[in-house]
Amino acid sequence: MTKMDEVMNLSRRSILRAGGAFVVSIGMPVSLDTILGIRTAFAQGARRPLVPSELASYIAVNSDGTVSAFFGKMDMGQGLFVAIAQMVAEELDVPFASVKVIMGDTATSVNQGGASGSTGIQFGGKQMRAAAAEARRVLVEMAAQKLSLPVDQLMITDGVVHAKGDTTKKASYAELIGGQYFNVQLDWNKEVGNALYAPGKAQPKKPSEYKIVGRPIKRQDVAPKVFCEQDFITDIKVPGMVHGRMIRPAVAGALPIKVDESSIKDIPGAKVVWDKGFLGVVADREWDAIQASKKLKVEWSDATPPFPDAAALYDHIRKAPARKREESKQIGNAEDAFRRAARVIEAEYEWPFQSHASMGPACAVVEIKDGEVTCWTGSQKPHFVRDGVADVLGISVDKVRAIWTVGPGSYGRNDADDAAMDAAVMARAVGKPVRVQYMREQGTGWDPKGPASIHRARAAIDAAGNVTAYEFLSKGFSRIDVNTNGGKAVDTLAGHTLGIVLHSGDGFGLPAESYEFANKLTAWETISPLLDRASPLRSAHLRDPVGPQIHFASESFIDEIAAAVQIDPFELRLRHVKDPRDIAIIEAAAEKSGWQPRPSPRRDQGRNTASGRGMAYAQRNGTRIAIIAEVDIDRRSGKIWARKFTVAHDCGQIINPDGLTKTIEGNVVQGISRTLWEEVKFDRSAVTSIDWITYPILDITEAPESIDVVLINRPDVAPSGSGEPSIRPIAAAIANAIFDATGVRIRRVPFSPDRVKGALSS
Amino acid sequence: MSQRFSLNVNGKDHNVDVDPDMPLLYALRNDIGLNNPHFGCGLAQCGACTVHLDGQPIRSCIMPVSTVGNGRIVTLAGLGTPDKPHPLQTTYVEEQVPQCGYCINGWIMTAAAFLRDKKKPTEAEIRTALEGLKCRCGTHMGIMRAVKRAAEMMG
Repeated sequence: MTKMDEVMNLSRRSILRAGGAFVVSIGMPVSLDTILGIRTAFAQGARRPLVPSELASYIAVNSDGTVSAFFGKMDMGQGLFVAIAQMVAEELDVPFASVKVIMGDTATSVNQGGASGSTGIQFGGKQMRAAAAEARRVLVEMAAQKLSLPVDQLMITDGVVHAKGDTTKKASYAELIGGQYFNVQLDWNKEVGNALYAPGKAQPKKPSEYKIVGRPIKRQDVAPKVFCEQDFITDIKVPGMVHGRMIRPAVAGALPIKVDESSIKDIPGAKVVWDKGFLGVVADREWDAIQASKKLKVEWSDATPPFPDAAALYDHIRKAPARKREESKQIGNAEDAFRRAARVIEAEYEWPFQSHASMGPACAVVEIKDGEVTCWTGSQKPHFVRDGVADVLGISVDKVRAIWTVGPGSYGRNDADDAAMDAAVMARAVGKPVRVQYMREQGTGWDPKGPASIHRARAAIDAAGNVTAYEFLSKGFSRIDVNTNGGKAVDTLAGHTLGIVLHSGDGFGLPAESYEFANKLTAWETISPLLDRASPLRSAHLRDPVGPQIHFASESFIDEIAAAVQIDPFELRLRHVKDPRDIAIIEAAAEKSGWQPRPSPRRDQGRNTASGRGMAYAQRNGTRIAIIAEVDIDRRSGKIWARKFTVAHDCGQIINPDGLTKTIEGNVVQGISRTLWEEVKFDRSAVTSIDWITYPILDITEAPESIDVVLINRPDVAPSGSGEPSIRPIAAAIANAIFDATGVRIRRVPFSPDRVKGALSS
Repeated sequence: MSQRFSLNVNGKDHNVDVDPDMPLLYALRNDIGLNNPHFGCGLAQCGACTVHLDGQPIRSCIMPVSTVGNGRIVTLAGLGTPDKPHPLQTTYVEEQVPQCGYCINGWIMTAAAFLRDKKKPTEAEIRTALEGLKCRCGTHMGIMRAVKRAAEMMG
């Protein structure tokens, strides 16, 4: 191709795509060489390979001047994509409405970790901001070449670069690169997932310059959901698709040893898919698949019921050998301080297994065509689903494309990843696209569970009532029997049923706070899982993995100390909390709620109803939260109404206060639910919490009267997360309020009416 | 064995050839192609499959097709459109209620029938009317705001 051909091609393509805009302004002394040079350097027609080191992997300017932001994390209904669009629009100086965030498709985005650890803005947004800033820098440089003006003489208004003081000297983004891709390398840190970071040479804007970040822009996905214009994962249909259902054993660990296919011969198109422990059925029609899954006669191996007596769960944890122990840095010498103490306060707290119990059981569709696999999934980590499907099928990752489609909320590693792998195994077995949807009893009964745990706390008090030492130990099932994603066969039910032994990792956590005591030691210990194969009690991440457990205990215990030394719980916290942002957040919550200083419990209670207030605070990866719960307790029934919440929230720079407030509200309500009602029940053989009767969650008749949210905005502090932090202190705030109301300390979750009534009468 | 049934859904008649015992939900989703009611539990415990049958909210996941008869079925898609929204659809968007949105058929269809029959309800009456419906994302505060505003619009 000659240079002129290239120019003509560029021009023609640009004219076609950008509406005839690729014209050098009259009177501008710019040579074609200059234009060609800069365009070749910064732009090209075909998309660069989808790798983290390419600017084109994150940002594209379309021929109409709109911007596509390719995002490798996920919004699971909290409006993250709006915040990302705000950050991108801000850095690029384009209108908010011209940015479209495209997420969840492994063919269009790199793996930024999916929805994970409340890092959507903290890490995902940080990367998108850096990429957008670099795109802006490059576009200004291109405009400077085109307009023959120095960069510092240019400014940008709504995606048009123009001379300061002369808006006739201009070049729009669409003219500069519209319809072509950036050919710009970023400085990638060679990480994928949450840790991925690939900035360019540009510095993002100063917060004082923000026009779009910080505004309460609404979500664009609400109306399509309300008017039924949005396909959910359950609505995906592929030509030739059949419906699949899985069959799980009644005794966990049992394997099918005889399957009588003739038992479903009357069901049209019904087929069995059986390989080792993997057992499912397919049929052309969904109802037929369900019938086949119920009617199929299966003989199972004799398996020893693997679980302990449910009533002895916490004894099991106490007695089980610690598989791993991890300690914080010891401050002072706690052991010595306990020896010298005038008194020692001790308490132990217990938290049950809990389920993600998503609104619908998981669904996935897998199509295998000419060796290429497409998986539609509701998983919050579609890139890892791609990897997992490849691993389960034993094929290369580049042969698999995973496409996220909105599904029931997941709140961590719910059942979605497992459904994708099951669909993949079935699709290969039957040679047709397969849609797998679990049934309710599988969604609640077989999702990976939030782990059960116990927590022991101890404080040494001197003769003057000062805390001289503090010890805190968590012991429980790991939070990662299976990993936080289904990226490997070993971390999926399909892998386990096909014979891979569960490989449990060790993960727990420490209290996240800034209490300063002269002597302090915190630690955690994990124990082995109850079953080494496909287990309905295998653990994985459930919203704020182990955070609610740990802080239920640690923040209840701070209140127990306050009560023991007869100090107002707010006052005691302020005496020991050292971080200035922690102090500010606790004060903000107290001020908003009208906190009256006095020790707990309060004295002036009614005969039938007791009311109290309780406080709890925590940090989470940079975010600070303080919560005050006001609760009413019906003494006769033991029923608790967590009536009012005041939440002070500091996650640094706020991108969208409306989305943030609603995210916090959802956290609070889900946190109340987990505190008051949620416990996975099981017998020696199986999980018996299998629906909404056997796994109750908070009802709207029990929802709070009000949730007051106080947002502390710190524009100059890099944003941290909000998807999980505010669920963390809820249980302790409620427990502390119950104590304030009744003088009774409840140390086991959930605070079901029977348990509360029992505690009040003992 | 399949039988033919005529179902009147959102004002249109549809013939379906299905197992008489099959719940209405599957006919709506798979035979008529209306994706809006969702499968949540199949046990009438959550409400995600709620539609109106002759104006009353029912859980389509447990109602056999054979029992629908000549009843008029309205789904969320038939309740209103972006041009002619039901007040609850308007307030749901205004208040930005749903997160994942998988539960909204239950809440909106149940609340729509309630607000049609009960003018100026108290907060307690609204809560009681919606008792038993599930929302796992915890959007209950938003639901109450939207239903209260819709009650004012319909008052």
